[in-house]
Amino acid sequence: MTKRVLVIEDEPNIIEAVSFILSRDGWEVKTHANGHDAMDAVRARAPDLIILDVMLPGKSGFDILQEIRADAVYGDTPVLMLTARGQTKDREMAERAGASQYMTKPFSNADVLAAVRALVVP
Amino acid sequence: MPDRLMIGTRIRERRVLNGMRQSDLAQRAGISPSYLNLIEHNHRRIGGKTLLKLAEALKVEPSQLTQGAEATLISGLREAAGKPRNDGPELDRTEEFAGRYPGWASLLSDLHRRTQTLERTIETLTDRLAHDPFLADSLHEVISAVTAIRATSSILVETEAIEPEWQARFHRNINEDSARLTEGAQALVRYLEAAPNTEAELTSPQDEMHAYLAARGYHLPELEREMAGPRDVARLIDAAASEGMSSPAQNLTREALLRYMEDAAALPLRAFLARVATLGLRPDRLAEATGADMARVFRRLASLPETDVGEVGLVICDASGTLTFRKPIAGFATPRMAGACALWPLYQVLSQPQVPLRLRLRQAGRGAEVIEAFAVAAQTGPAGFDRPPLMQALMLMLPDPGETGGAVRPIGVSCRICPLADCAARREPSIVAEGM
Repeated sequence: MTKRVLVIEDEPNIIEAVSFILSRDGWEVKTHANGHDAMDAVRARAPDLIILDVMLPGKSGFDILQEIRADAVYGDTPVLMLTARGQTKDREMAERAGASQYMTKPFSNADVLAAVRALVVP
Repeated sequence: MPDRLMIGTRIRERRVLNGMRQSDLAQRAGISPSYLNLIEHNHRRIGGKTLLKLAEALKVEPSQLTQGAEATLISGLREAAGKPRNDGPELDRTEEFAGRYPGWASLLSDLHRRTQTLERTIETLTDRLAHDPFLADSLHEVISAVTAIRATSSILVETEAIEPEWQARFHRNINEDSARLTEGAQALVRYLEAAPNTEAELTSPQDEMHAYLAARGYHLPELEREMAGPRDVARLIDAAASEGMSSPAQNLTREALLRYMEDAAALPLRAFLARVATLGLRPDRLAEATGADMARVFRRLASLPETDVGEVGLVICDASGTLTFRKPIAGFATPRMAGACALWPLYQVLSQPQVPLRLRLRQAGRGAEVIEAFAVAAQTGPAGFDRPPLMQALMLMLPDPGETGGAVRPIGVSCRICPLADCAARREPSIVAEGM
């Protein structure tokens, strides 16, 4: 069965590139570009994996992550967080908030592919 | 030449030490109080005749005003020495040192002052990098653009047999993001290049605003005219801009002048002065008689010409306790950058909005006089269900009325330089001991 990924990111060119490589890898890719109704998108799309940017308009990625983890149905969905800040404390903050994995921008496409394949084992 | 060696500063110090008001000294020297104010702030040079008259009125030799500012030099040396230490400078020989080697002593004192300024610069700059929102935004822009370029170019190189439409699209994206990256990088470079790199530019916009107001004696006749409006404020700001006032300082000053204009419209000068003549400098009675709120009366009193009402001091702080406005009065020091003294009634009233206080205060330390202080806190912005009301506290300062005003509360300037012993409010050790 095709794995579905929801990419929550507001930069259109990043969305395009990530969608391209994931769909070439066999994923069904859905995207959402703002923070304040991101949780609704999660419920509507029912993804197997969520890629979530920290800096979003409307709501911070950490708040959205909290909402995901608190959800009865989607609380266990693997979440890959993308952020521009790579210090140890940011990594720890993401882990504490419940991110399954954490990747700093700019990332390599190979790393993203490896990460998502590891997070959703078929 | 450092401020403390300039004649104006010395004249002011002497006057304060003698317990004289600006208006008195000015009268005895045959000059106007506003001119004296400019002299005291080193905005005017003075010649032989005026200097002689001032020296006479201050009961000192003219040479004491023009050379050898021993008292300030010695206190500068003491500050540089810091707390007494076993292997530290010989504090008991400070006067001798200053007297024998004034050049070396001045150098030492100046170096210490410079070190303090540099330390503050470093603090500010470090803080800036960590908390500067513009910097954070610029960097975010740059990183986003780089991320897109990296991901996209990787695809172009690594994807076998990529369709022409995709190829074209990705090329366009890279082009777009490269342009964005260029702009972002340029903005960063411009911003960082504009960072202050000389001491002179470290004056904060707040300092600039206060210097502007002080130079005008805190009284603006242009805004006292009956038909004064925002255009007059704009004109004043443009004039200040052409004299080199920075943009942020212009904004601060504009706000202050607009508020001045509103106060002047609500309490026109001549009528208000007439009321002061009958009721005295009593903010409560003036508020009652005019119907204006206490905060407005405070501000208006501080904007009256010194020749009419004498020295009137005013400080305003926001709800964080930060002083946002400082009009000094002789004998009462207000800190510029550090926090003020927690014992000030200015802070007391923040917890009792609209309920004013009146107290006599004496600041600990040399040259301090007893002053009469009035304080009130008021709301400055509308409250909503989802936001707190903006609070402001004001403290009006007048010369001491004497024993009839009640008991005197001892207070400080700021903990680091305050000599008060056994103060429950002390938050950091002092480098000054009483009687030094």
